[in-house]
Parts: sequence; structure tokens; C-alpha cells
Amino acid sequence: MFALNTKLKRRTLPGFRLSLGYTILYLSLIVLIPLSMLFIKASTLSFAQFWDIVSAPRTMAAYRLSFGTALISASINAVFGFLVAWVLARYSFPGKRIIDALVDFPFALPTAVAGIALTSIYSPNGWVGQYLAQIGIKAAYTPLGIVIALTFIGLPFVVRTIEPVLQDLDPEIEEAAACLGANRWLTFSKVIFPILLPSLLTGFTLSFARAVGEYGSVIFIAGNMPGKTEIAPLLIITKLEQYDYQGAAAIAVVMLLVSLLILIATNFLQWISAKRIGMS
Amino acid sequence: MVGGLPSFKIRPIAQQSRSSHLRTESGVIKWILIGVALLYLGIFLILPLACIFTTAFSKGIVAYTQAITEPDALAAIRLTLLTALIAVPLNVIFGIAASWAIAKFDFIGKNFLLTLIDLPLSVSPVISGLIFVLLFGAQGTFGPWLIEHGIKIIFAPPAIILATIFVTFPLVARELIPIMKAQGNDEEEAAITLGASGFKTFMLVTLPNIKWGLLYGVILCNARAMGEFGAVSVVSGHIRGLTNTLPLHIEILYNEYHFSAAFAAASLLALLAIVTLIAKSIIESGMHREIEATQITSGEKR
Repeated sequence: MFALNTKLKRRTLPGFRLSLGYTILYLSLIVLIPLSMLFIKASTLSFAQFWDIVSAPRTMAAYRLSFGTALISASINAVFGFLVAWVLARYSFPGKRIIDALVDFPFALPTAVAGIALTSIYSPNGWVGQYLAQIGIKAAYTPLGIVIALTFIGLPFVVRTIEPVLQDLDPEIEEAAACLGANRWLTFSKVIFPILLPSLLTGFTLSFARAVGEYGSVIFIAGNMPGKTEIAPLLIITKLEQYDYQGAAAIAVVMLLVSLLILIATNFLQWISAKRIGMS
Repeated sequence: MVGGLPSFKIRPIAQQSRSSHLRTESGVIKWILIGVALLYLGIFLILPLACIFTTAFSKGIVAYTQAITEPDALAAIRLTLLTALIAVPLNVIFGIAASWAIAKFDFIGKNFLLTLIDLPLSVSPVISGLIFVLLFGAQGTFGPWLIEHGIKIIFAPPAIILATIFVTFPLVARELIPIMKAQGNDEEEAAITLGASGFKTFMLVTLPNIKWGLLYGVILCNARAMGEFGAVSVVSGHIRGLTNTLPLHIEILYNEYHFSAAFAAASLLALLAIVTLIAKSIIESGMHREIEATQITSGEKR
């Protein structure tokens, strides 16, 4: 697949075979061989057995919860992440540099730390949880808590995919729209937004993909009730603890295939996005 | 910045104020948008940060220092440091090799290779741990052979290190590839043509060009390696003092209702995250200054 003796444009530099060879060797040892184990283990099941595991009510409930809450939190991040990217790229206000740096915080903070912090904030006697409890909203140990944790985790992805595109946007196209009589809203909805849409979708899928598999920040706040607040990654761990390796592999294969589809979709969207920017 | 011709997009101040009038919303809308954005970030970023440090010190400085210096905490810190000390250099070597091959040469299947390198980032951390259990666990592929020879990988530091390498695998490569691509091959080709060896060319020409990206890659990889929870949790076995990393230690303390001790340990990792963000900020302005300096010396105006 990686033909070594194909036409090389730049043959002057040394080390091609060595660096590519090492890359493929290390990639195979650390990533490809271990990941293929998942499919090998799952393939020891007959199709009927595989189907029984992944369509069991408890498994389906876990998938529904993981994908559903990921979808909601990615949507929240698409809206507010877009707003944050806009504010950071367009306006200046005191403390902007610190705020801008802080956007990466959920990416740098270990998930377990995020998990315990969010849980104690939203638990019934926490900083925010006590006020929510007064109006009858239970956040921690419910699907709402899961959405809060996943929204925290996915926050940087939308902001960081839109912000650079917004900064590189040619000011002249907006000026042209304004000179031709378009008001601000018309310029935004007909000129700016269509250009940003591919990167918004990229940010959305990245945020969604991260949320579907998330574990650390969720398990503390989720409550982990089978069938109600048990996410798919936790179900994999439960199966493992019962030494049901095949069951764990079957559930994981479905999640991995969905992640792969998301990854392919993201690369496709980035390709469209790059093409659009090249055009504008 | 790009290309040899000076850009004609120099925009004097008068012109800029005109264009900014056409390009901005009315003052009220602007401040509403800023307000909503700051409120959103305040709830989701500032609040957790404040919560970590106030709870960590809720029982006083003495309790705090006790929590982070008790034997189990120190053992967890040691294992976390050891894991990062092995995982980060291995991923740095891989990152340099991969970015050299991908950025400096053209070959068939490059995009496919890039997708494969990114793979660990879109795999659930739990699955990242699971695959090593399937390989080396008691009922895994190599399980019986390992037991026969008395080698312990799962529920021991080797699996923790392997899972950490897997999870942080693409981080250095992803920082280096775009920078190396942007630099092009001209400088290296000149050095080689003048008779420098490949190693010397890399050390004296390539490395100075990629140093900022490499530095940030190392810092980011380190932060993620020290903080990994899901994958490590699956393979560790949670044996106190032996196979607990700092994030796992935090989980145990929290589940046993030792909240202030859990947050004291968590504050160390939060501090690491903050240092990572500050380092990123400094590196970005360093890169920016260098780009400006080269523009001045080469007489190029924007």
C-alpha cells in the first residue's frame, strides 16, 4: 500500500525509507495490531450471538444514551462555540487573551478531574445544584448531568475549528455586501455563515465523536444506573469485569465502526472546507 | 507573509476604521454577544476551575499537604511520572519520524496513513484500554503464554504505559507535520547539496525550524499522558500503591468520600493543565515574534 519505489518528487533528502519504515512499524505495533484484536475477538462470535449482545435492551439503552447525549451536547457546543469563536475573532474586550487561552482548558484538564469538579458543582448541595434543586431540576446523576459533562469536554473543538477560518476571512467580501446595501444580518446569513458552515460541521462532528466515547468526566456525574444512566463505555467495563471479553469486544466494535464513520465524514468536511477557503 | 510579492493588503488606519464600521454590529448587539459568550465560558470553564481549588483547600493548608504527601499519593505521582517519562519520548521519536516522512516526501497512501495516525484520537479511551486486555489479559491472545513465563503486563505498569502511549500517540506528530510542511524542503536540500550528512542537516537545519512545534507537542503529550484516565483505568487493576496513577488515585479518594483529599490531588493535575495553557500562549507569541523578525530581516512588508 505504501509503495516505496513509486515516483518520488523529492529524492534529494535522505531518510525516507528509514522514517517511513519506522512510522509504519510503530503504528502497527501500538495501534493497528492491538485494534485488530477487537475484530478478531468479536469474530469468534457467531452473527446471532453478536446480534444478541448488541441488541440486548441494556446495550441498546446504553447506545441510545451515549449517542443521544453526545448529539445534544455537540449541538449546544455548535451554537455557543460559534458565538465564542465570533466574539474572540471579532471583538476586543478586557481579559480577551486569557479567555482565549482558557478555551483549551477542557482539552488539557484530565477527564477525571473535570468529572469530580462538575459532579460537586451540580450535585444537590453543590454551587449550582442547590439552586437547580430549588426549582425542581436534578442535574447530577441524571442524563442532564451527562450532557453537562459532555458539553464541557467538547467545548474547544467547535471554537478552535471556526476561529481560524473567521480570522482569515477576507474583509472585502463583507464590505462589498455592505456597499451593495445588505444589512448586517443579511451579510451574516447570506455571506459569512455559508463560508463557515463546513468548519462548523467539522467542529460539530469532532465534538460529537469525542463525546460518544467519553468516560472519565461522565462516570462521576452519571449515576451509572443500568438502562437509565449507564453509558456504552461503562457497559464495556462492566462486561470486562465479568470476564465477558467477547461481549465487551462486540459492544466496542459497534462503537468503533461509528467512530470510523465519523472520522471519515470529518476528513471529507475538512476537504470541502479547505476547497471553499481556497475559492473565497 | 506568503509568497515573494509584497502583499497589497496594507490597510492604513483611516481605511481600517471605515471598514470596521462596515464590518461590525451596533454597540448593543456587540456587548450582548460578548456577555453571552463570557457567561457561557464562565459557567463551563471558570466555575469548575474555582471549584477544584476551593475544595482542595477547604480543610486548610495542612490537610492539603498531607493529602498530597501520603504514601499512596506519592506512589501514584511516581507511577504517573514514570509513565510520562517513557510514553512521551517514544511518541516524540515517532512524531519526528512520521512528520519527516509525511512532510518531506510524496508517496502513495499518504492521506490514508494520516487517517490511521489520527485513529487513537477518535477511539473511546475505554476501547483503548480494552484492546490491551484482549491482547495480554489472562484470557487474551498472549495471556496463557505470559502466565507460563511469569510476565505480568495487565494490572501492572507495562499495560498502563502501553495504553498511555496509544492514547497520546498522534499528539506530537500532529503538531510537527503542518509546521514541517510549511517550511518546505529548500533549506534541507541546500545543506545536503553542500555535503552535510542527513543527521547533521536534521540537527542544524530542521530542528531549529520546528523547535516551537516540537516543544508544544511535548508539553501537550505530557499533559495528556499524566492525565489519562479511561484507558488506564481499564488496564490498571487499581492496586493501591502499585498500579494507581494520579487520576486513578483521585477516583478512589472521591468514591470513598475523601472529597478534600481527592480535590487536593486533582489540583496538581489542574495546575499541570494551566501550565500547559500558559506554555502554549508563550510559545505562540514566541513563534509570532520570530515570524515578524524574519520578515524584518528579509525586508518583507505585509
